[in-house]
Amino acid sequence: MAESLKSPAAGGPRGLRAWVGQTVLYGLFALAVGVFSHWPPYRHLAADLALIKLSLVHTGKPVGDCRPLTPEELAKLPPNMRAPVQCPRERSPVTVELDIDGAPVVRAEAAPSGLARDGASAIYRRIPVRAGDRQISVRLRDDVRSEGFAYRLERRVHLAPAQVLVIDFDTEKGGITLQ
Amino acid sequence: MKVSESPSAGALSAWRRVERCFDRAFGAGSNPLRQLGALAFLAIWLLALSGIWLYAVFDTSVSGAYDSIVRMSRAPWSPGGLMRSLHRYATDAFVLFTALHLLREALHGRWRHFRRYSWLTGVALLPLVAVSAIGGFWLNWDRLGQFSAIATAEWLDALPLLANPLARNFLGSASVSDRLFSLFVFVHIGVPLLLLFGLWFHIQRITRAAVFPPRTLAIGTSAALLALAVAAPVASQGPADLTRIPTPLALDWLVLFVHPLMYATSAGFTWVLTLGTFGALLALPFLPAAVPRLGGSAARAPVAVVDPANCNGCRRCFADCPFAAITMVPHPDRRVGRELAQVHPDLCASCGICAGACPSSTPFRSTAALVTGIDMPQLPVGTLRRRLQSGLETMRGARPIVVFGCAQGADARCLTAPDVLVLPLICTGQLAPSFVEYALRDGAAGVLVASCRDGGCAFRLGARWTAERLAGTRAPQLRASVPRAKVDLVQADAEEEAVLEAAVASMRERLSKINDFSGPTSKMHHG
Repeated sequence: MAESLKSPAAGGPRGLRAWVGQTVLYGLFALAVGVFSHWPPYRHLAADLALIKLSLVHTGKPVGDCRPLTPEELAKLPPNMRAPVQCPRERSPVTVELDIDGAPVVRAEAAPSGLARDGASAIYRRIPVRAGDRQISVRLRDDVRSEGFAYRLERRVHLAPAQVLVIDFDTEKGGITLQ
Repeated sequence: MKVSESPSAGALSAWRRVERCFDRAFGAGSNPLRQLGALAFLAIWLLALSGIWLYAVFDTSVSGAYDSIVRMSRAPWSPGGLMRSLHRYATDAFVLFTALHLLREALHGRWRHFRRYSWLTGVALLPLVAVSAIGGFWLNWDRLGQFSAIATAEWLDALPLLANPLARNFLGSASVSDRLFSLFVFVHIGVPLLLLFGLWFHIQRITRAAVFPPRTLAIGTSAALLALAVAAPVASQGPADLTRIPTPLALDWLVLFVHPLMYATSAGFTWVLTLGTFGALLALPFLPAAVPRLGGSAARAPVAVVDPANCNGCRRCFADCPFAAITMVPHPDRRVGRELAQVHPDLCASCGICAGACPSSTPFRSTAALVTGIDMPQLPVGTLRRRLQSGLETMRGARPIVVFGCAQGADARCLTAPDVLVLPLICTGQLAPSFVEYALRDGAAGVLVASCRDGGCAFRLGARWTAERLAGTRAPQLRASVPRAKVDLVQADAEEEAVLEAAVASMRERLSKINDFSGPTSKMHHG
């Protein structure tokens, strides 16, 4: 060893023990990767539960009524901007209530997005529920100028375990939808 | 103060014990725990290789992605199946190696001063590692990919960034479009390319960065992953079905652990934990010196100093510096073509390897005050020569042994025998090999150089340069005329003092067998 001035560790250990050691450690490495790449199984929803996703994006009504501009007001505007009616830009917040089997589950009010509060309001909730028959009641209000809820949906649904029920809003389909 | 006195001493000591166990099987040079950064690079090369294969047959559409993967890996031992499994397991290995690499560097306190740049650029890449790894699961678009994509979207939605929740992209099969899948493809190819680019920055300030592990380790690790791919082929978990919650899942806990964490706690808590950890790692180099830095106090050690009168611009220090802290500039003596070494203080590790590389560091120079071309103010070569001379003069014993120790490795001061003279160095790379010959000519019967183990050098290349210089394969070399039977190199990390003691005992025994013809020469004084 001194002739070549190499340390005892230089070149690595030799012999059966080193081979066995390396094999064991490589095996443990592969075992650790292999095991934790698949195990333990993950169940992110209990076996008897279903999931309701309350997810909607809806633009509320303007917070105020449109009004016609007076001739004086129109005259002050540049010719290309003389729209006869002026509407407020800000939108109403969207209020949603969800009851399941008569019990209140969600009471949410989503503010309109955007700096001018003129964008859509968005709500996203995950609600795990026990699978089986459920009475769903959804109400939505999108106009601060009126009382009560403009949109309602009452339906009895059967939810299978692990089923996803999406509560959405689509004006073209008449408002609140279930899918 | 040595590392072992730091608050993390217990954890570091435990890590070293495990490292020593691995040393016994692999040897220090090929010890995977000492090559974690290089192993992470190996995983990247394996991912690139298998990823190119997979992308060639992958259908980048919502409707075709799952089927294309299933077709490719239908036969578990088909090349496509093996490549798919290798890709998955290499991802796991990459995450594992990266995490352990971070842990090891953190335990050694390697985030201050000259390490700050590498630390910060490394930590900054962690989000890219996570995105690259997690994004790969979405492409398969099986139940696991569905779960991961939705969980990621719900996690991101917790941040007030987007007006519309990302999770709405996964409400029904009609929501997931080919366009969204193009985004997945971009995430899983673009981000890893960005990661690779970032790694170029990460290794910018270290010379001879190990972007590939030693051959035996590379073969062994690749073979282990390939064997795993054969033994446990990765299978899809059924096509994505957005009308159902995919449960139970065979989850990849090494990569996707953040999803169960979020559902077990909350998205907000997971963000606080993630961003808090990330921020703390980024802040470490800027915090007050609560945790001592590697091999010394938080106060910075003096950096190398160049003496233009003794620097002839030979470039050896430039070649040997492990942290690219030296550049060559025109020499102030204005002689055409002559250069001068210039030290960048921010990059200098204060290791002294440059002083050991300088040809002017030879103690045989007959000057009253030995001044070399580049030197360490805290331990100049002139001081080392004086200590060697005075130590040899006062030594007792028939066969005195000089031990050049390393302040970062095993503490040579444990060798208290009267026939042993211990001269601690900042790093054994600081030792010009001519000091060995000088000691033998000056009365030493034997010289023991005690460096750190391969892969264990606090300054990366000190142990390697020391071994190569003493073996005569790297300049400055130990001259061939020096009797090798009287010189020994031992590698021992911190807490391995017993190895030093054994090496000294071995040398004593060997020296006692050397006959008088090759015994110690009479004392000669130089300089």
